[in-house]
Amino acid sequence: MGLTITEKILLRHADLTEIRPGMLVNARVDVALGHDITAPIAIAEFRKAGGTKVFDPAKVVLVADHFTPNKDILSAGQVKILREFAREQGLTHYYEGGRCGVEHVLLHEKGIVVPGDVVIGADSHTCTYGALGAFATGVGSTDLAAVMMTGEAWLRVPESMEIVLKGRPGRWVSGKDVILHVIGRIGVDGALYKAMEFKGDGVSALSLADRLTMANMVIEAGAKSGIFAPDAVAEAYVRERAGRTGVLLDSDPDARYISRLEVDLDSLEPQVAFPHLPSNTRGIRDVGNVPVDQVYIGSCTNGRIEDLRIAASLLKGRKAAPGLRLIVVPTTPEVYGMALREGLLETFLAADAVIGPPTCGACLGGHMGILAEGERAVATTNRNFVGRMGHPKSEVYLANPAVAAASAVLGRIAGPDEL
Amino acid sequence: MKFRGRVWKFGDNVDTDVIYPARHMNIHDPKQMGAHCMEDADPEFVRKIRPGDVIVAGENFGCGSSREHAPIAIREAGLSCVVARSFARIFYRNAFNMGLPIFESAELWDRVPEGAEIEVDGAAGTIRILGGEGETLAIQPIPPFMMELLKDGGLMNHLAKKRSAGKGGA
Repeated sequence: MGLTITEKILLRHADLTEIRPGMLVNARVDVALGHDITAPIAIAEFRKAGGTKVFDPAKVVLVADHFTPNKDILSAGQVKILREFAREQGLTHYYEGGRCGVEHVLLHEKGIVVPGDVVIGADSHTCTYGALGAFATGVGSTDLAAVMMTGEAWLRVPESMEIVLKGRPGRWVSGKDVILHVIGRIGVDGALYKAMEFKGDGVSALSLADRLTMANMVIEAGAKSGIFAPDAVAEAYVRERAGRTGVLLDSDPDARYISRLEVDLDSLEPQVAFPHLPSNTRGIRDVGNVPVDQVYIGSCTNGRIEDLRIAASLLKGRKAAPGLRLIVVPTTPEVYGMALREGLLETFLAADAVIGPPTCGACLGGHMGILAEGERAVATTNRNFVGRMGHPKSEVYLANPAVAAASAVLGRIAGPDEL
Repeated sequence: MKFRGRVWKFGDNVDTDVIYPARHMNIHDPKQMGAHCMEDADPEFVRKIRPGDVIVAGENFGCGSSREHAPIAIREAGLSCVVARSFARIFYRNAFNMGLPIFESAELWDRVPEGAEIEVDGAAGTIRILGGEGETLAIQPIPPFMMELLKDGGLMNHLAKKRSAGKGGA
């Protein structure tokens, strides 16, 4: 019987001869990731259990990206715990300050993850690396502590869902719209415990940035992981970034799937997820008149250079609407530098945007863009739960960077065609 | 593994931002997390509950972020367990790793009013609604591996125990 790419990766990492969904396996971990909110607890658990040395100082990655630049004394204390642990353990990959960026952009940029890897991160958006053909999933701090000690993680082999993409997306339709559309169809628990495998001729019409955005948000459907079999585009990217290509796998033609969903990219329009669930989606034409107070362009979902280019192309020569706050956050120092050299930052400044430093900050309601009671934001982020970006009575509408930019100019949720 | 307490009801898709708001994630001392449990659903929640009380929720409880602060806050607030129609995956793992017992029941939410007292028997696989007609509902027993984690008091204690057993055996 054939295997899915997810089953193949787990099989190779658990030294088994056969594998099937539902099995509990102990898998070797290639990359273990933590950040300034989850790692302090993981480090405390690691020590409590008698841990002295991490399993491999080149494979434990710590990124201080959430409440940084340190938002208060408590946050500074948490980052200090990471810094001291990284020094003590001699970690190859510790990122802070001007070397730091939003982890799920930084790791693929630095070539830390390659196809075929098993990545376990104490952050729910760790699933992002599925876009490179890796098995990547989020866990809690204690699971991370166990991985740091043993180099292994216990996992239930997930059933795979087949998401078949057909056709080509229109000009302003991106990976964000594809994944919001899918979540809207299956619901926020529509993929609970499952691996969402994206395939079909439509994949080649999506950039790697689009695929990273899609894999990033599979958790919003409850999935354990999302994955794209690596193609020439993914292979070329990791070769350039990592100097190696990892293990390039694909699902067998007779692999078994628990369900199949087809998405017609040709007819898809930009999507907006209304409060307070990512599944609460509408096509841009059905949004109606929704005035907004803030537009946020950034995050591990849509803060890559490709996203900033789209936003800048629409903001060029235009300004944020009176009374509206536009916040743009390039996600890593590299993205920031590219945006600077390409003149995008000048465009954003001229549009009256605030340009923030690389940080997760406002996306999770941490700092640098918090909403007051009753305020509304359009955000290129991944979650719009109650209180996600601030006051429990504020509202977040999720959209792609083009819709965010157009909304900033018009002061209400709008599609780029309205400009 | 028996728990007895009053029921506090919540709906579907209770996310980790509601269970433990991000603004308090600059705290990493577990003891302090209980004070913010369910704060954005009901700011008075932790003052209303008594030790041993039970959260009863709908589908997909604990969806959203991987923050372990969520199950820790529930445990530290003094709640004994959570019974939901279903749980989000990361929350499910985290709860067992933290030693917080959680149970799936498709029926309980519809059968029990808020404030009623229930008795959850994890070993026998039953939930008894106390008072009234005293209905008893069957629940799925906890998988053996997860039961082992709970018995050892969470993942790290389980690993420590396995390690010392391994040393003794060698």
